[in-house]
Amino acid sequence: MVKKIFQRGYIWLVLAFLYAPILLLAVYSFNNSQVIGQWSDEWTVDLYKQLFASGELMTTVANTLILAFVSSIISTVLGTMGAIGMFYSKKRTRNALNTVTQIPVINAEIVTAISTALVCTMFAFGRTYVSLLIGHVILTFPFVVLNVTPKLKQMDSNLYEAALDLGATPTQALFKVVIPQILPGIFSGFLIAITLSLDDYIITTFTKPSTFNTISTFVFDAYAKGGRSADVPALRALSTIIFAVIIIMVIVKNIVSNKQDLKTKGEKRR
Amino acid sequence: MTALKFSRKHLGIPYALFMAMFVVFPLLLIIYYAFTDPETGSLSFVNFIDFFTSNANLTALFMSFALAILTTAICLLIAYPTAYILARTDINRNGVMLLLFILPMWINFVLRTAAMKELLYSIGMFNSNKLSFVNTLIGMVYDYLPFTILPIYTVLEKLDKNVLEASSDLGANGLQTLFKVTIPLSMPGIVSAITMVLLPTMTSYVVSDTLGNGNITIIGKLIENQFSVMYNWNAGSAIAMILLVFIFGTMLITGKFTEKDETATRGGLW
Repeated sequence: MVKKIFQRGYIWLVLAFLYAPILLLAVYSFNNSQVIGQWSDEWTVDLYKQLFASGELMTTVANTLILAFVSSIISTVLGTMGAIGMFYSKKRTRNALNTVTQIPVINAEIVTAISTALVCTMFAFGRTYVSLLIGHVILTFPFVVLNVTPKLKQMDSNLYEAALDLGATPTQALFKVVIPQILPGIFSGFLIAITLSLDDYIITTFTKPSTFNTISTFVFDAYAKGGRSADVPALRALSTIIFAVIIIMVIVKNIVSNKQDLKTKGEKRR
Repeated sequence: MTALKFSRKHLGIPYALFMAMFVVFPLLLIIYYAFTDPETGSLSFVNFIDFFTSNANLTALFMSFALAILTTAICLLIAYPTAYILARTDINRNGVMLLLFILPMWINFVLRTAAMKELLYSIGMFNSNKLSFVNTLIGMVYDYLPFTILPIYTVLEKLDKNVLEASSDLGANGLQTLFKVTIPLSMPGIVSAITMVLLPTMTSYVVSDTLGNGNITIIGKLIENQFSVMYNWNAGSAIAMILLVFIFGTMLITGKFTEKDETATRGGLW
């Protein structure tokens, strides 16, 4: 009994550590105070009004979302092509390509960032939206490959041959047989690409055009260079919205996949 | 005509070209710059000599190692009991508890660090410069803790319960079983947790810039400085190369221990 209380206490203590900063920010997003820790007057949604009225912040949010979406689409197409290409290549080619695919995962982000910046400068397009996109694709494509490859392994290898025997061209067989089979892997690869792109600071800051900001670079500048966020209290509202959206998305996703698990379990039993 | 016929493995060609251009070539560029004299453009070791003879650089190197080792150790000390309780008791019956612990992995890294800054500010941790190191350490533990809990939990959860029963049947007490059976068997999880924390704490300067009050310089910041402030690509590349050697070294050591199970780390986010 004592052991149980001790265990629960420990778990809640660690949880408190993980969520205290987030909760503090969320509570103070409903207050006008310039400084967190000094509650002023009453609950208010002023910061949320400021957030939605601020063109700069809204542009930043839009930039972040569009960048994540576009770079993840490119990453998903590239990563899926790579995964399929590698899977059906000769062993030596596959191993070599696989090793190179791992490099951006293992490498320190700062090294990837500066080397991408160097290459983009060398190819003479410097820091533009293109270099930013390339940076985010480099960051995310290995994770698409990582998610697609297991699905290729699970797939019945006769399916593709059967499609060809039944008169499909290789392209048709690819799009009508292979892709639908590995679609769940492609989709989870896409989601991870989005998550990583939204999260990134270092690669973004080295490859972005100077006037372009994502949420990461904007918040970093506000906090690391300007001391406290006092100059931009509306960031508290933005953070709170992001926390809430992510928490809801992750929970919904887990409820859905739990239901799917139950379903597949039921099917197996039959 | 056969040479032009489409085959699945041809999908790997554009993929390989992309990687050659944006993964392999950039690394070669780093090596080239690292061994080139910035003044004369000739082959030289001057960048490395400069790095290892500068006190500021050596201090940063030491600071990086100190922060990385302390952060990793504290993360493991907090994460292991957490993962153990989650995997071994009924507290995580429906998976909700585990989800709560890993949920921060989805939330933007810069935002979480900023939230921690607000918390530390509001409890007076920024009143003295002496606290810069402690603040940075707290921030790093806070940011990387979820990434340590997940791989350890994954290993502990899969652990064969019969082995533990065998251990107690053969007369080992709880502590003996923990240290002689459970912990050795969870080494793959511990090692992959270490690899998740060690390198980013040395290189990702987001936390040290936000929470270090300008007093904490880590190796990642040195590289950033050479590229963004000093515009000395050669010196920056040399530091990046030192990092690459370090990464390659840790890979050789940890490669023996880790499972090839990417679902336990970032690859399995969704």
